[in-house]
Amino acid sequence: MSVAELEFRDAVRDALDEELARDESVVFFGEDVGKPGGVFAVTGGLQERHGDRRVFDTPISELAIAGAAFGAAITGLRPVIEIMFGDFLFLAMDSLANQAAKYWFISEEQASVPLVVRSAVGAGGRFGAIHSQTPVPWFQGIPGLKIVAPSTPRDAKALLKGAIRDDNPVLFLEHKRLYSVKGEPGSSDEVAPLGRAAIVRPGSDLTLVTAMKGVHDALAAAEELATEGIDVEVIDLRTLRPLDRDTVLESVRRTNRLLVVEEGPRTGGWAGGILADVAEDGLEYLDDVWRLTTADAPIPYSPPLEDAFLPSAERIVTSVRKHLNSTPVNSTA
Amino acid sequence: MSGTQRLAAEGPVYELTGDSALLERMLLIRRFEDAVQRLFQRGEVHGTTHLYSGQEAGAVGVCAALAPGDRAAGTYRGHGHALALGVDPQGLMDELLGRASGVCGGRAGSMNVVDLRHGLVGCFGIVGGSIAAATGVALGFQRRGLENVAVAFFGEGTSNQAYFAECLNFAQVLRLPVVFVCENNRYMEFTPIEDVTAGEIPARVEALGLWNRTVDGMDVQAVRAGASEAVAHARSGAGPAFLQTLTYRFVGHSRSDPGAYRKPGELDEMRRRDPLAVERARLIEDGAADEAELDGLEARVAAYIDEVAARALEAPFPDPEAEFQEYKG
Repeated sequence: MSVAELEFRDAVRDALDEELARDESVVFFGEDVGKPGGVFAVTGGLQERHGDRRVFDTPISELAIAGAAFGAAITGLRPVIEIMFGDFLFLAMDSLANQAAKYWFISEEQASVPLVVRSAVGAGGRFGAIHSQTPVPWFQGIPGLKIVAPSTPRDAKALLKGAIRDDNPVLFLEHKRLYSVKGEPGSSDEVAPLGRAAIVRPGSDLTLVTAMKGVHDALAAAEELATEGIDVEVIDLRTLRPLDRDTVLESVRRTNRLLVVEEGPRTGGWAGGILADVAEDGLEYLDDVWRLTTADAPIPYSPPLEDAFLPSAERIVTSVRKHLNSTPVNSTA
Repeated sequence: MSGTQRLAAEGPVYELTGDSALLERMLLIRRFEDAVQRLFQRGEVHGTTHLYSGQEAGAVGVCAALAPGDRAAGTYRGHGHALALGVDPQGLMDELLGRASGVCGGRAGSMNVVDLRHGLVGCFGIVGGSIAAATGVALGFQRRGLENVAVAFFGEGTSNQAYFAECLNFAQVLRLPVVFVCENNRYMEFTPIEDVTAGEIPARVEALGLWNRTVDGMDVQAVRAGASEAVAHARSGAGPAFLQTLTYRFVGHSRSDPGAYRKPGELDEMRRRDPLAVERARLIEDGAADEAELDGLEARVAAYIDEVAARALEAPFPDPEAEFQEYKG
């Protein structure tokens, strides 16, 4: 008997639905999330089921949404908020970076801030430079904040539950190109701990580390490269802060090569941090180490420009071939 | 999610009773700030510090209108907010001196003090942060079915921050139990507020339909009366209230400010309306106390703060090794 596949957007909704049902201190609010059900059709039905005191629409006021969530989180609620696009997170930066993330520390641990910020990120949807970013590095340098970045429906559900049950502020990133992806659902009571990467394809020649949509590109590239005799191990980071350095390092000890694929600018990106960590702690195991990112430029709008700008399975394959001095199986060259 | 449960809170550490309670609380703040200034000049208080001297009637009058379990968010000029809520003067002084016995173990410093045990959500170093924090606390109170209110203290300069526009609207549409207290001391740091502000601040609030009042912020009884109405409005479930206190700071914005921007004669004029003198004169006029009693009170508070300062100087600093082991980011 085959189990019905779960769509990514439904996985997010189910996690919210089940956590709202499980714990009455959980509340969920944001722009258009209640009655309209969210601009990405993720949160439909939640307000009907849990009432408008616990699931409600807000004004377009990102700073107030995040600030109110912080204040509510230190007053006995466990708020989940939606900041519609990752690009809008910048408007909420003071509430998140200066207030929520530092409170546990500066208050000498008087109160934690159990707060989840859901936000849709990622390019490829023809949204242009200011509705397509994945601003991970902006938040990665903020102690006190966790960043979760799932790639599959099953992980989206289990990790969102883990994020809601975590006592600290968590930024939960949902890649727009994954909302319609379907996959196996996992068990309904699964709750994933934050901070653990997963080896989603074992391999022996190269460790390929990535997250979110990059995982799907990496797996497609690995299939292609396998036909050429290159055996790629793919690691899905799943959490971008704290990073699971141990899983990456253990893999690199076996494969001796590391490629990090990041959908974001090269300068200041998270891929560079992983290369630095592995260079510091595993230099003796490394034969080759590099990253594939976007250029240091804003994301372009026009479809051929955007497609060429982003990391893809094809660009990964080309890059790996070049580094491993391999030629395509059916190459006529 | 309904009921009348209130959040537990400890009472003030420095207990006050009787007719002169409000004067005593204001004296406590003034002498505390005098001591902070002295210790700052000696290099014992670090970084920068913003004193509340002259504005005491604001925090004391508002906090006198609060009930157990209510909470307030202060500003970077927050020592007065903390002491008015009943935060331990010793713990606060130790914090300013960076000592392990400080209310936040020396992690926070002057601009970031938190003491939830006494209802202090925090002192917010970013202008407007207090508004969002109190809005959120009020959301928590409301959604948990509590009958408590949250107070946001902020200066008049905050009326030009996004926090002000966003959170006042947010609180109004959700009918949150929050009181916004705008302490208008006329100067946004070094700049006269009218030079950088279009229109009148209460007009902005009226446009949102908020209950609002302006009171004499140099008169603690006037502040308490206005705050009592504002708090009652917010507690009734009718939505947020806005209280503007017209006040004045007798000291610079921060340590580096000589106050060159003040209008000629203004400081002297406002010193004649010192909230401590106003309340003292009232107590005597009403026959609630005589000169000798109030002289004795002033001497007791001054001696107490001297002891607080002396003990703070003897308190140990935090141990860096233990601190960094303990904190896992």
